[in-house]
Amino acid sequence: MSGRAWKFGDGISTDNIAPGRYFHLRSNLPELSKHCLEDARQDFASDVTAGDFVVAGKNFGLGSSREHAPIIIKMRGIRAIIAKSFARIFFRNCINIGLPAVILDTDEIKDGDRLEIDLSGGKVIDHSIKKDMKFPPLPVEMTSILKEGGLIPFVKKYGDLRF
Amino acid sequence: MGKTLAEKIVSTHTETPAIAGESVITKVDYVFTHDASGPLVVNQLKELGSDKVFDPKRVIVFIDHAVPSPRRENSNDQKLLKIWADSLGINFHGPGTGICHQVLVERYASPNTLIVGTDSHSVMAGALASFATGMGATDVAVSMSLGKTWIRVPETLRFVLNGTLPSGVYAKDVILYIIGLLGGDGATYKAMEFSGSVVDKMEMHERLTLSNMVVEAGAKVGLIASDSNTRRYLETRGREESFLEIQPDSDAHYENTFEITATDLSPMVSFPHSVDNVRRIEEIGEVTINEVFVGSCTNARLEDLQIVASILNGRQIDSNVRLIVTPASGETYATAVKDGTISTLLDAGAVVTPSGCGACFGALGGIPADNEAIFTTTNRNFVGRTGNPSASTYLGSPATAAATALRGMISDPREVV
Ligand code: SF4
Repeated sequence: MSGRAWKFGDGISTDNIAPGRYFHLRSNLPELSKHCLEDARQDFASDVTAGDFVVAGKNFGLGSSREHAPIIIKMRGIRAIIAKSFARIFFRNCINIGLPAVILDTDEIKDGDRLEIDLSGGKVIDHSIKKDMKFPPLPVEMTSILKEGGLIPFVKKYGDLRF
Repeated sequence: MGKTLAEKIVSTHTETPAIAGESVITKVDYVFTHDASGPLVVNQLKELGSDKVFDPKRVIVFIDHAVPSPRRENSNDQKLLKIWADSLGINFHGPGTGICHQVLVERYASPNTLIVGTDSHSVMAGALASFATGMGATDVAVSMSLGKTWIRVPETLRFVLNGTLPSGVYAKDVILYIIGLLGGDGATYKAMEFSGSVVDKMEMHERLTLSNMVVEAGAKVGLIASDSNTRRYLETRGREESFLEIQPDSDAHYENTFEITATDLSPMVSFPHSVDNVRRIEEIGEVTINEVFVGSCTNARLEDLQIVASILNGRQIDSNVRLIVTPASGETYATAVKDGTISTLLDAGAVVTPSGCGACFGALGGIPADNEAIFTTTNRNFVGRTGNPSASTYLGSPATAAATALRGMISDPREVV
């Protein structure tokens, strides 16, 4: 099943994703998600459909540790975030909530391309340019967490942090 | 092989050796959250089915972001946190106590502790040789429940600061210079360790500013060895028993070492809209400013307010500028009232707000008008950070902020003292 690529540049911060001026909506995630990525791309939150992809440049998710940022991206139906690199806390937050975050050179992917992801096979398929792109596997801890759908289900299942 | 500060501190919290690059399960000494992420933490604990925390004395909740609450939604969140904390016997610091990171170093953090909090600037406690780092709400909820977390032990970039800081140049200028050098992702996943004659001489309030901003280069922690200055800081806080000397081994392995001659530095300004967009003040030309904000966990300590007051003493800020001052903690505020700092600031035309995050993150406390330029002593200048996506945010030291408030344009503090 393919989805549309929503292309972003370098240095998209968590302030771009979940702006501080909507601070009062942090306990109302469905409402907050309507402003998702608003300060980077006005059309994103309204036009995105389930199964689409966020594709970005370097250091995606830098700044504040607010987990609301990846949560509202996931709530908009995003299948995976594909970026050249991620900020540390954001990357971990994605995995913890069961949102795949993939490190890949995204230069060739254009806005609007039809993408598909094969997580276990470690590749992104760009149907628009007919190209398979390989990405490196996640560290074992993160693979285990993602497999359970996130850190909460993981700890519920194993009762502990054991990898 | 010897250990870096990061490896040393983590090692004392794990059963397996903590070597850079390895993942370990580690015990945590303190876990904290605040009103910005606390409700999500409570929710994740509920999802986990956890109705208690590993040790209430080691869990802390701060109300610091929306202070005093500007909206009923924030009031409801804060009420929920208070009820939750009280029901579990968790440490609770209500509105006005101060910014979480400041109160954490005043009352909790000490050398060789391991701390996680739902805030990226948790790294500030690294100035007391505490392995303190920011995580999201889910990680923090799990740490609160289990008393442990997992981390990848970071490789370390060492920064040796030699020479002496010229007058008018502060820790803020040093860390802005370093972030400009590394870029906003130059230290991602890594530890930064500061040493050298400049750091040896720095008092704790300056060291805290260095460590606070390492996250703007992507770092996991920003560590400084503990020494007599650390001991003195803890003594003045009545916490001398928590002092422990901790130094990196002389044969520790560093991924890279940067030697910086402080004598060559100038006041630095970070230009919109990324923190690593740093310029020397001599090179910036004329930049008109509408609002100056002295606040945040980076630069709103007593000494910072005193520097601003000493520059503004007996003068008036420019009539086209608003100056907003938000002390880092309630204790800072009270001391600054007693020693006359606050009245000097008020006489010069400042608005002084209650202690908290204030205008730092864009929800309250001095949001700029459309297309305005704001100069702040905070740590981030991303689009929308100060609450208005059409505003431009510049970052610099408290001294530069004071000079800027006097002239209505970004100004070199060395020209006004
Ligand atoms: S003062 Fe600013 S940077 Fe510091 S904790 Fe508060 S919002 Fe975050």
